[in-house]
Amino acid sequence: MADTLTRTHPLEAWRTAFAALSEELDPGLAIELAPLTTALDLRVDATGVFPFADVLGGPLPTAPNTWTPIRDGRAVWLGPDEWLVTSTTASGPRWEDEVRAVAGPHRGAVVDVSAQRTGVRLRGRDARELLSFGCALDLRPASFPAGSCAQTLLGQSGVLLLADDDGGPALDVVVRASFAGYVAGWLLDAAEELRPLPHNSDQEGDET
Amino acid sequence: MTRIDGYGHALDRTRTSTVTVNGRRYTGHPGDTLASVLLAHDVGAIGTGVKYGRPRGITAAWTEDPTGLVQIEEPFPEPMLLASTVEITEGLVARGVNGQGRLAQVPDHARYDRRHTHCDVFVVGAGPAGLTAARRAARDGSSVVLVDDRPTPGGTLTGTERIDGKPALAFVDDVVAELAAHPDVTHLQRTTAFGHYDDGFVLALERRTDHLGSEAPAGRSRQRVHRIRAARIVLATGAIERPVVFEDNDRPGVMLASAARDLLHRHGVLAGRDVVVATTTDSAYAAALDLAAAGARVQVLDARAEVPPSWADRCAAAGVAVTAGTTVRGTVGEHRVHGVLVGDDRAEMPCDLLLVSGGWTPTSHLVSHVGGTLAYDEALGAFVPGEQLAGVDVVGAAKGTFGLAAALREAGGDDAPTAPEEPSTPSLVVWRTDGDPSRQFVDIARDATVADVARAVGAGMTHPEHVKRYTTIGTAHDQGKTSGMLAAGIIAELTGRPITALSPTTFRPPFTPVGFAALAGCQRGELFDPVRTTAIHDRHVRAGAEFEDVGQWRRPRYYPQPGEDMTAAVLRECVAVRTRVGIMDGSALGKIDVQGPDAAVLLDHLYTNLMSSLKVGRVRYGVMCGHDGMVVDDGTVLRLAEDRFLVTTTTGNAAHVLDSMEEWLQTEWPHLRIRLTSVTEHWSVFAVVGPRSRAVIARAFPGLNVSNAGFGFMTWQDTGLDGVDVRLARISFSGELAYEVNVASWYASALWDHLVAAGEPEGITRYGTETMHVLRAEKGFPIIGQDTDGTVSPHDLGIGWAVSTKKADFVGKRSFARAVNHDPMRKQLVSLLPTDATTKLPEGSQIVAWCDDGALPPPPVPMLGHVTSSYLSAELGRPFALALVTGGRERIGEVVGVPVGTALVPARIGGSVLVDPEGARRDG
Repeated sequence: MADTLTRTHPLEAWRTAFAALSEELDPGLAIELAPLTTALDLRVDATGVFPFADVLGGPLPTAPNTWTPIRDGRAVWLGPDEWLVTSTTASGPRWEDEVRAVAGPHRGAVVDVSAQRTGVRLRGRDARELLSFGCALDLRPASFPAGSCAQTLLGQSGVLLLADDDGGPALDVVVRASFAGYVAGWLLDAAEELRPLPHNSDQEGDET
Repeated sequence: MTRIDGYGHALDRTRTSTVTVNGRRYTGHPGDTLASVLLAHDVGAIGTGVKYGRPRGITAAWTEDPTGLVQIEEPFPEPMLLASTVEITEGLVARGVNGQGRLAQVPDHARYDRRHTHCDVFVVGAGPAGLTAARRAARDGSSVVLVDDRPTPGGTLTGTERIDGKPALAFVDDVVAELAAHPDVTHLQRTTAFGHYDDGFVLALERRTDHLGSEAPAGRSRQRVHRIRAARIVLATGAIERPVVFEDNDRPGVMLASAARDLLHRHGVLAGRDVVVATTTDSAYAAALDLAAAGARVQVLDARAEVPPSWADRCAAAGVAVTAGTTVRGTVGEHRVHGVLVGDDRAEMPCDLLLVSGGWTPTSHLVSHVGGTLAYDEALGAFVPGEQLAGVDVVGAAKGTFGLAAALREAGGDDAPTAPEEPSTPSLVVWRTDGDPSRQFVDIARDATVADVARAVGAGMTHPEHVKRYTTIGTAHDQGKTSGMLAAGIIAELTGRPITALSPTTFRPPFTPVGFAALAGCQRGELFDPVRTTAIHDRHVRAGAEFEDVGQWRRPRYYPQPGEDMTAAVLRECVAVRTRVGIMDGSALGKIDVQGPDAAVLLDHLYTNLMSSLKVGRVRYGVMCGHDGMVVDDGTVLRLAEDRFLVTTTTGNAAHVLDSMEEWLQTEWPHLRIRLTSVTEHWSVFAVVGPRSRAVIARAFPGLNVSNAGFGFMTWQDTGLDGVDVRLARISFSGELAYEVNVASWYASALWDHLVAAGEPEGITRYGTETMHVLRAEKGFPIIGQDTDGTVSPHDLGIGWAVSTKKADFVGKRSFARAVNHDPMRKQLVSLLPTDATTKLPEGSQIVAWCDDGALPPPPVPMLGHVTSSYLSAELGRPFALALVTGGRERIGEVVGVPVGTALVPARIGGSVLVDPEGARRDG
């Protein structure tokens, strides 16, 4: 019998393939697994005053399709009365109780959804190009700067995209765990187009 | 060979490529099209027409060609491409199309994809107007995407023109270089904008690798569909030359004047030596003079009463004879034109090429796609874009601005390039000349003649849309690029109405044919549709599972051991669960967290049974119905707290149930204080099932009180393992003692391994959905969507006990009061046991009354119902089935007939619960 219940990343099986691709396409594109992160779905009516700054370690964003950093994590606007709040340190069940204690009196609801989603982080100048093969949104930096988020489709899977800046542009693709394998396969397939061409081809010459 | 030195700016004459057409080999150069190679070798006919089988050759030099269809055989079979648009590569094999093309019989291994692009200005067409418009936008600092469908930019420029004092092609090179230097400009050749939709959305197909032949890079998509969203769109799509309809105008050797000129300058091909040019407009004179300069004998027939003086002078200087006030009435020849019949006396004039120009029709498809109106221009004899569409500018010939200088001015703004002004004389609008209407082809691609149009008009059709459908004019590969305007003109003539009274047919996407492979993009193979997997999918793969798709989920169906087929594996798994213990991954079940002070109120509304009376710590089975009282889903409800429930749904229905719960909540009961959250993937669920499951759970979770008193049926408990929260529930879908073990999915793999290890001493057996189905069917538990079809009520399923008679209201309640829901002759779920105890009735089989002679009577045979589920039962030692049977419960004990193949199989109706009807096993 197993001694301990170890955690498994939903995309563990793809880690090697992403690493190999990232090495091949360096510095154009890097894909790495997002760390396992505690996440709560917070539903509360937007009454204008949010009492969550203490329990979350930061404010909830009120501008649609944005996210703000909070203590050890993020607060992501998902809808007029819905946020995803994340933490790299909190325990899901305990944090759920703590936040619900604040949200409850405001007719809010809090659910631990830590394992509901997973994701990858894309870095490099081709990250947006890669997503353009399957996402209809305008992800150009002027339209989707760091701090933006959007719930959209990548290929045929619903995803949550977040733009970040960690010393260079980074895009996080957050996906429901059961769709993660599809999205991983989709990303590797789409990345085919980013592989460098052999020199003797004039393929790119036409795309002046 | 009719290749002319000094012409052919598109060719790389230092290299050659060999192609095979209709079994013969031809040599051309990179830059050639199949059409230019064939014409360089004096090939006239290449195929035959769709209806009459008459010979067909090359009529035009680009996508407007109604006739030059080829079937590509190598490198990959493709039907019905235009020889004029196929760039040659070494080894290309094609044949002319005789009527219809042929789809590939082999898989297409090429890569296809799509790309989304956003820009400020999207320019369609890289002719002089489009290039100028793109340059203007780029200089303004806009992000620009410029697409053009030909291999090279420049549009219809031949190279003989001058722009800004330079040769036109040098101007093109300069603009292209300037655009390339802008970081925010994307310029794509071989890219056809084929559909224009609302709000600045355009689809374009880029042909990326075919022209590279064997040098095409591996891993690059062959074709790409660009999905472009632009703030402003500039359409510089040019114009298409229009022929004139006359007798036998379909004969190979009849060609648009612009096509011959294009072939000469682009490919160095002289399409004929003895050329007659029949025109109603100025532009054909340029073709006549260019062909004469390249060595052809050329005569011009101008339908207009007078020859424009400037052209008359130039023709005289070039030795080109011009006759005014004359039209072509017909052609002579076998497989190609040998002469034309001219004037009222139909005098025969020998020639090997007849060039026709009846004016130009602006290419306004992309205006029409998005609902733009077209207006008839009397002078041009053509429909031109009407009122301006918001965010869409049309420039140049596409707008009816035909002179180069004027088009540049229109596209260029303040720093527009300049070109010498050409004098122009008004055209004469001629749709057809006198002749036999049954041999005057309006749409050559469809073999539709003036007689066909007359027949349509005679049948009462006067609108071009109606005539189009009656005659099929404009419905071929070319979508009537040359014939649409002619058809409108001829309809006007035949109906005696002014053409301004007609509205033209609406153009619809695609502008040119687009392969389904391109539209599918990467959505094929493993990426055809998302495959959803549970957190322990790798465990199932390693255990050798065979999978089945349930909605988008891929679930283990059974785990065959070496040498086992599905039947043997499922029987083994069933025995293991009923006699020892089995384990199944149930993580695909939909799970919804229902939270808020009014949570119980909502569930009372949505389920047919009472949920508010459920105590915290307990579990209840629930049924959901639609307004009509028919079952839509079922599942279990765990009460986690006074104000919190966890609801499970069927695997395939999870998203639908959540959506419909939200819909009820938001539209009917917005006052309820409730939030719904999907936790389907957060929780992994493993069912540990069978008489020895208690021992397994006790070993896996030391300290947990697993006794029946401590952990009763339909209750749940939280426990911990290594500090990780684990929730267990005693829920059974088999009738056996069973535990559902829930854990956050990060820990699913570890917990599964832990449970399998804990079960080893008990001989725990992995089982899949097939075994689950057999076990539940033996207990008469229905599967919503398999045993139901949207017309089955809870009462029909024998679970009327789950319909509350106390609640004031719930979804579907009203319908249960209707008389039809109490009809004893409704179809009801019962079991069927084939009396031979050996036949497994096919699911879906019909059920009829048993006939004593054992034969199916002649039709009509009244149907009593159908088989919904059918399995072999290890427990019963025989096959059994579930069925919906009219008045089924009243018929228990009766023998009915089930047609299987040619035999009528007798089967006895029984109650729906065949195993452990007293429920003695659920507590172990």
